[in-house]
Amino acid sequence: MLKPAQTTAPTEENAVFRGAAMPWLFLLPSLIILGVFIYLPALQTLRLAAYKANVILGTERFVGLANVTELLLSPAYRQVALQTLIFMVLTVGLGLLFSLSLAWLASRPIRGSKYYRLLLIYPYALSPAIAGTLWLFMFNPEIGVVNQILGDLFSVKPRWLDDPILAFGLVTLAAIWKGLAYNIVFYLASIQNLPGDVLEAAEIDGATPAQVFWRVAFPLLTPITFFLVFTNIISALFDSFALTDILTRGGPYYHHAGITTFLVYQLYQDGFVNFKSGVAAAQAALMLVLVAFITFMQFRVGERRVHYGG
Amino acid sequence: MAVKTGTAPLSRAGKPGGGRRGQSWTTHLALVIAVIIISTPLIFALIKATQESSAVLSANMLPGGAFFKNLGQVWFDANLGRYMLNSTIVAICVTTGKTILALMAALAFVYFRFPFKGVAFTLVLLSLMLPTEVLIIALFDLVSQDLKWANTYTAIIVPFLASATGTFLFRQHFLNIPTSLADAARIDGCGPLRYLTHILIPMSWNTIGALAVIQFVYAWDQYIWPLVIMQQDDKQVVQVGLRKLIEVGGQTDWGAVMAGAIVTMLPPLLVFTLLQEQFSRGFALSEDK
Repeated sequence: MLKPAQTTAPTEENAVFRGAAMPWLFLLPSLIILGVFIYLPALQTLRLAAYKANVILGTERFVGLANVTELLLSPAYRQVALQTLIFMVLTVGLGLLFSLSLAWLASRPIRGSKYYRLLLIYPYALSPAIAGTLWLFMFNPEIGVVNQILGDLFSVKPRWLDDPILAFGLVTLAAIWKGLAYNIVFYLASIQNLPGDVLEAAEIDGATPAQVFWRVAFPLLTPITFFLVFTNIISALFDSFALTDILTRGGPYYHHAGITTFLVYQLYQDGFVNFKSGVAAAQAALMLVLVAFITFMQFRVGERRVHYGG
Repeated sequence: MAVKTGTAPLSRAGKPGGGRRGQSWTTHLALVIAVIIISTPLIFALIKATQESSAVLSANMLPGGAFFKNLGQVWFDANLGRYMLNSTIVAICVTTGKTILALMAALAFVYFRFPFKGVAFTLVLLSLMLPTEVLIIALFDLVSQDLKWANTYTAIIVPFLASATGTFLFRQHFLNIPTSLADAARIDGCGPLRYLTHILIPMSWNTIGALAVIQFVYAWDQYIWPLVIMQQDDKQVVQVGLRKLIEVGGQTDWGAVMAGAIVTMLPPLLVFTLLQEQFSRGFALSEDK
């Protein structure tokens, strides 16, 4: 999932080498791994979703769609789904806005732009778990530096991790922060590949820098933006697990569920803490449908609306 | 499509826009502020990692001299050294394995014509839609019950050896290499494997480097899968290890945890720094224009 949709890629493979068995020998290791560790578990997930199962007791009972309907009717699960959606929209929208602005600024022909670029992308090497750890300490209500400063200046010490709204905002901010570097890497690469003569022509014709950006550069950057929207949706759905697990443990509680309990966290809770394999598998099945839909949209939008420059 | 290997421009001089003097300083200002905001959590961690435990819990932001003391605490007493070793082994194996398998798969897709090629390609493509997190229940059953791999490195290495991303990037890169090269090689009696090792790989270092960074970081960051499959503490990876450091009985030694976090960042940062050039070029190169 690292490249924009390859609709303009060459499709004509050149059959240089002969041999019927040879290509399969080269493909076999990859295909076996994918078959055993991706496709087999995917089928098994769909099967398990139709059972009430307990891995500890080793019991299985066929229930058909009962798990799925139970989930769809559960207020807790619906809340988790809605929270995930809000979290996703905020991280993707704000994250891409900040990333594009910063990448554009760092692409200006200014002194030291090379160093700015490096300073903007090195946090790529930081894991979500480390991000969670750093933020957990900074925003610790008692001993965290943020509250020590806020306490000294304004005599307030917000309970960042106990208040539902604050905890949700904190996790969202941390996720945006964590995602910046990845997005900036791709935006920088795309901006460097923009046709310089087109931008120059606009400049010579008297366009202001803002006009050059919005009218010329931004439309040319739509393919990478769409690509990043989809990769960011996927990482908001899945990579948020480590961050929320360390930072908030899914909580604090709000109405029916923890406010930062997102879909994967709920799946993990049901599967590996409550040992309700069937219900967890049903959640996984729903997520499979969701990911399939997102991927389908990616190809559809990618082919229709994207402007391929150059 | 006229992209040549290894010559993608990293910076294009004379790009219009910000060259005007009046705007230059606002650009600098905005970038400096952004860099500071982005780096704040890290700078904070760096400072706290060096302080004595009395200073760690205060608002004191002056670096101290206790970094190695703090590090020693997590490294030896809290098992960080062991976690780091485990993660290093796993990340190196996954990165190497993924690269080799992806190179082989791309070779098959680009230089051969064979029946069911479309099916094979679709199988690789569709695997992107199935993240580990979604498969984790069934994967856990398979790996722990059927294969009995729980608490082994095999469990966190083998399932991740195939790389759709890698296969596509290499395929794309190979397609940009003129066919005449392969034709000439074949006429000279060079087989596909030899062509891969002697010609394709030396021409692919930027792509290999870019992928290595991504794959290493991905493998190093693994969290949910090791969390469920590794019950044995001495086999655990460093990301889950961090979680354990914070858990210790409510009395978290934050100076030590920050020292641990800093050290945990180093291997991917090192890989990133070493391959930064290839990383940028590999991606600039793979953009279609």
